[in-house]
Order: sequence, then structure tokens, then C-alpha cells
Amino acid sequence: MLKILKYSFFDLMRSRWSYVYFAFYLLLGIVLLFLNNDLSKAVITLMNVIIVLVPLIGTIFGVMYYYNSKEFTELLLAQPLKRTTIFLGQYLGVALSLSLSLVLGLGLPFVFYGLFKSNAIWDFSLLLITGSFLTFIFTALAFNIALSNENKIKGFGYAILLWLFLAVIYDGLFLMSIILFEDYPLDKMSLMGTLLNPIDLSRTLILLKLDISALLGYTGAVFKKFFGTDLGLIISFAALILWVILPVSRIMYKSKRKDF
Amino acid sequence: MVTIQNLHKKFAKNIVLSGIDLNIDSGGIFAVLGPNGSGKTTLIKAILGMVIPNKGDISVLGENIKQSSNYRNSIDYLPQIANFPSNLKVKELIKMIKDLRDRPSDDQRLIELFNLTPFLDKKLGTLSGGTKQKVNLVLTFMFDSPLIILDEPTTGLDPISLIRLKALINEEKSRGKTILITSHIMSFVEEVSDEIVFLLEGKIYFKGSIDELKKNTGQPDFEHAIASILTIDNA
Repeated sequence: MLKILKYSFFDLMRSRWSYVYFAFYLLLGIVLLFLNNDLSKAVITLMNVIIVLVPLIGTIFGVMYYYNSKEFTELLLAQPLKRTTIFLGQYLGVALSLSLSLVLGLGLPFVFYGLFKSNAIWDFSLLLITGSFLTFIFTALAFNIALSNENKIKGFGYAILLWLFLAVIYDGLFLMSIILFEDYPLDKMSLMGTLLNPIDLSRTLILLKLDISALLGYTGAVFKKFFGTDLGLIISFAALILWVILPVSRIMYKSKRKDF
Repeated sequence: MVTIQNLHKKFAKNIVLSGIDLNIDSGGIFAVLGPNGSGKTTLIKAILGMVIPNKGDISVLGENIKQSSNYRNSIDYLPQIANFPSNLKVKELIKMIKDLRDRPSDDQRLIELFNLTPFLDKKLGTLSGGTKQKVNLVLTFMFDSPLIILDEPTTGLDPISLIRLKALINEEKSRGKTILITSHIMSFVEEVSDEIVFLLEGKIYFKGSIDELKKNTGQPDFEHAIASILTIDNA
């Protein structure tokens, strides 16, 4: 698997888009830090960008890489390699190179800014960790969509729809359900709703870490009580890990049964 | 060498193979023939494990291939359409496949045989169809495996390369290898193959030597013998 991972990774590292993605984060990091002197505000702005952009890029890159490397995959399938090896290698290649662009692109300006001396380092690390999780989750989801759809256009369509659903529509439905059932106690339900969507989960994790939960009122207090504890943190990360494992196991299941 | 029992495969509602039983002995050149869409490529891909059969068993060198990948170490495969990652150089592709197989290879001799040296530093996307096919041939023949599968090996080749390819195939045969070929070029098949397998509508219609086929159909030459099968059944 390491060999496939290596080839996919270097293939992507040579592509122009990895540099564009890296340069974008580098620029964003520099602008936010050096034109804005409030570090925690910079982290919040970064969070808002990451929460929306990372899933989108992960989905699009995942789908695009799968369809573009079809020939490469067919070449590999005739070699003495297991199918799970081929597809997991490619998946990890994409997810790792995207995570690397994110971590280096944002990390470098922060290091130059003197992050290690500031107390925002934990907030910032959490930001990078959840960003990487989101990359792994959405790349895996994208590979699932691409494996199930021979038609490129359909695959792209479903991938964008998935992103739109989890990043925008889910929140809308969530909000509507809260308004609809406002006469009932909703804290448990909203906690569950947050845990079920990786984008919401990441956002909540970061917001609570930034200690602005007081702004969220009563629900904020409930959330703080849950996510602020060690158990809450463990459950949140377990949910994120589950969001990686489930789509990855479906990649393995699907790839074993597909005809090429 | 290869044993296929009761192989069935359909894509959605399209039945491609329906109950293939085939036994390919060691040594010699076998040609799989049939009209377009008769399931030649599907059969070959099933042997390679790229297509997963709905029913039936395939074993290569006595080993059932289900859920296995190691048996592909003893197969060299030439795909029908030479689709390669276009941003890779010829040199890098050869190196990569060598790295993946991790076995001694004969690439230098083949590169010289097909005059590929000037193309080694070119990207695969910029090569012509015929040159891609030559790269394809190098990748296939550079390892020393007992079973060689060639899907339309003559596509896009110039006459000189074609002669070299035939020599190469005969050389491998004389080393006791089993070679499985599909082709639409009947003169090529007649020249190289020892035995033919004729597929029609997902079943094996005929298996035997070319002389037997000529005798059965009462036609003096191979091309007409094949044509007579097709006109009798598909008229």
C-alpha cells in the first residue's frame, strides 16, 4: 500500500492545484495575522473559512482524482496488488496531500508570527486537527460517490450536493426542527444533531474551545457542559473518527465488488 | 494452466458470458476470437480478476483466483487500449511498474527492440497511439511470467514493429510459455496461434485447431471459415 500511497502522493504534489491550495492558505494566514492583530479573531475567521472550504475542496479533489486516475487504476489492477491496497493507497495519497497543504499553508505564517509563544496554540492546533479530519472525511465520501458512479457528471453532481447538504441545508433543517419543536426540551436532540454532522461538530468543538459559548445562551451552556468535559471531547473525536472509518470501510467493500 | 468452469457474467441486464467452460493447457498460443461484443475482453478481464463473475470458478496455475491477487505475479497482461496516466514520463512509468512488481526485468532489451529510447523522457500524454502501444508491449513483455495475455496486441503498430512483435511472441512460445491472444486481424491469428477458441453470444462455439475449423466449415481458408460461422448464426 505504501508504494501506491507514495505514487499518488507525489503525483498530486506535482500537480498545480496542490500549490494553488497551499498558496491560498498561506496568503489567508498571512493576511489574517499581519493585518489583524487580534489572534483569537483571526482564529475565528480561519475557522469560518476552514469549516466551509475544506469539505468542498476535499470532495471536489477526491472525485476529480478518482476519475482522472482511472487509467492508472486499471494499470494497477492487472498487477499483483490487492484491490483494497490500490484504493486505500490512492485515498490516503489524496487526503494526506490535501491535509499537508492545509497544515503547512496555515502553519507557516503562524510559526513566523510567533505562535509558540502565544497561548492561542491550542485553539490553533484544534483548528488544524479538525481541518485535517474534515479533509479525510470528505475525501472518503467523495471516493465513495465516485466508486458508485461511472458517469463523471453524475459523480460530480452528487459530490457537490453532498457538500451543500452537510454544509448548508443540514443547518437549515436543524434550525427549522428546533423552531418547530420549541415547546419541548431540545438540548439532547440538538446535541445529537450536532454530533451527526461532521461540519457542525467541528464548528462546535472550535467555538467552545474559544470560550465564547456564553454568547450562545442556554444551549451554549448545555453544549459547554457536554463538549467542555473530557468525556464530551472524547465522544466528539470518536464521532469524527467514526466519520472517517465508515466511508473508508465502504470504499473497501465497494472496491472488492466492482468490475473494471 | 487456466481452468474456467461454468462462468457467468452480466452487466446490468446485458448477459455477456453464459456458462463458459474452458481449459487452457500449458505451452502454446491460444487465440480467443469472436465478433464485437461476444465477451472476449470480459473473459480475459475475468481471468485477471478485474471483472468479478456472477457465477463460476476460475483457477490459474491450480489456484482459485477468488479474493486472491498473488497469482497475478505469474501473468503479464497487455490491455486493449493503452491508457496511461498522461502526466507521467515513459521512463517513470517503466520504473514504477518494475518497483511494484519487484522482480528482475528485461526492459532495456525491449526498449531497444521497439526503438523507444528517444521517447523515454517524453510524457505519455504526448505520445502517438502506436508509440503508446509499444510502451504497452515493453511493460507486458519485460517480466518473465508463465502466462501472457494479449488483448488486441497489433493495434496501431507499424509493419516493422508488427514483425518484431511476432518474433517476440514466437520466442516466448519456444520458452514454453502459455500465450492468450485476442485479435480481429485474422491473418495475424492464423500466423501465430496453435489453437483457437471462438466465442459467440457468451458461449464457446468452437475450440480446436485452425485446420479442424476449416474442415468443419468446409472452407478453404481461415478468414472465410470464420465468416461462415458468423453468417450461419447471425443471419
